[in-house]
Amino acid sequence: MTIDSIKNGIVIDHIAAGKAMELYNILGLGELDCSVAILKNVTSGKLGKKDIIKIDTILDLDWDVIGYVDPNITVNIIKDGQRLEKRQLKLPEKITGVLRCKNPRCITSVEQELPQVFKLTDRDRRVYRCLYCETQAGK
Amino acid sequence: MRSLIDILELSTEEIDELVDVGTKIIANPAAYAHKCDGKILATLFFEPSTRTRLSFESAMLSLGGQVLGFSEASSSSAAKGESVADTVRTVSCYSDIIAMRHPKEGAPLVASQHSLVPVINAGDGGHNHPTQTLTDLLTIHHEKGRFENLTVGFCGDLKFGRTVHSLISAMSRYAGTKIVLISPEELKLPSYVKKEVLQKNGIPYTQTTDLEAVMPELDILYMTRVQRERFFNEEDYLRLKDSYILTPDKLQNAKADLSILHPLPRVNEISVAVDQDPRAAYFRQVRYGRYIRMALIMKLLDIQ
Repeated sequence: MTIDSIKNGIVIDHIAAGKAMELYNILGLGELDCSVAILKNVTSGKLGKKDIIKIDTILDLDWDVIGYVDPNITVNIIKDGQRLEKRQLKLPEKITGVLRCKNPRCITSVEQELPQVFKLTDRDRRVYRCLYCETQAGK
Repeated sequence: MRSLIDILELSTEEIDELVDVGTKIIANPAAYAHKCDGKILATLFFEPSTRTRLSFESAMLSLGGQVLGFSEASSSSAAKGESVADTVRTVSCYSDIIAMRHPKEGAPLVASQHSLVPVINAGDGGHNHPTQTLTDLLTIHHEKGRFENLTVGFCGDLKFGRTVHSLISAMSRYAGTKIVLISPEELKLPSYVKKEVLQKNGIPYTQTTDLEAVMPELDILYMTRVQRERFFNEEDYLRLKDSYILTPDKLQNAKADLSILHPLPRVNEISVAVDQDPRAAYFRQVRYGRYIRMALIMKLLDIQ
């Protein structure tokens, strides 16, 4: 299967197989007017299988969100058919507006306009905790 | 400008400095009686508290400052639905420093993000209570003369007890600390505190349900109350509230220089007969709470 290479845009590569749709939704790519291609289960020397997202325009992406979904992702920014920048991502120290705190005792449970901020407390185990109440994400 | 939301925001050097100032205040309170002349402390207590609020107010008055505030949410504009951020933006125009207690975890952090003056967390739900920990630390230092090489037993509600989590974090930074955790199964220390504080800092710890068996090892016994307000279920509270009651009998095998601490209020977890024992340090602890808060207010207001 082939997808045309892009002249001006972004290629999000080395996404863990099966994670592309999660990233697509979190980044709100469905709201873009340009072409967006999602390639699933592409053969990869490094990962065995991987997903790729190609976006047919250059736009500001939230690197922290991408790093949170999968820190092994690489992002290539393409301009005039040439790779302008290759960005290696990592787990962000803080992530805002992606996760929601489920602790009913947290201040965010009553003041819902507060930004939902989580901080990385254990890089090896990928543990994020609510900035306000320190409840672990997903708990 | 600096606030205090979590005890770990203070380095061990800063804690030593606060303990040192607290000790100097105890020795000569008159020398500090005008340190905060013209300054105002606002006590914003969205949840009732006798001890902590009065301790803060006493501390500021002892420094020559003045206090204003409210002692329950119903007498504040929070009852009208005002956000913490807006309340604090307003109150920080009327005061030089704020002490806030709130039933929701993280509320004082939100306050500190919007305040024009330093905010002290005076307890946020079951989360942090750094000035209680400073009180505990000043007490330990006065009772033992050191922070290093102490075996500290925590007994009772180790699950919801915020003072326990904070003191364990603070003591984990000192060499030679050993922790003994004594609680019923249902109220054991949360595993994340064990992993992210004790194991991460290489602090040896043991867990048991038997207080008397570990009593001879302890230099400090930190008793806690099983707190009704932390339970969603009354039945669970009633079943667990009398798990540990400290009586003179149970102290028979304890060290002669054991110090018994309790953040108070107690209900019945320490028998009144223990009060006469010189090892009972919990009322001295209350006194230290006032002095360490004086030291903290001065530090945050940058007063020498």
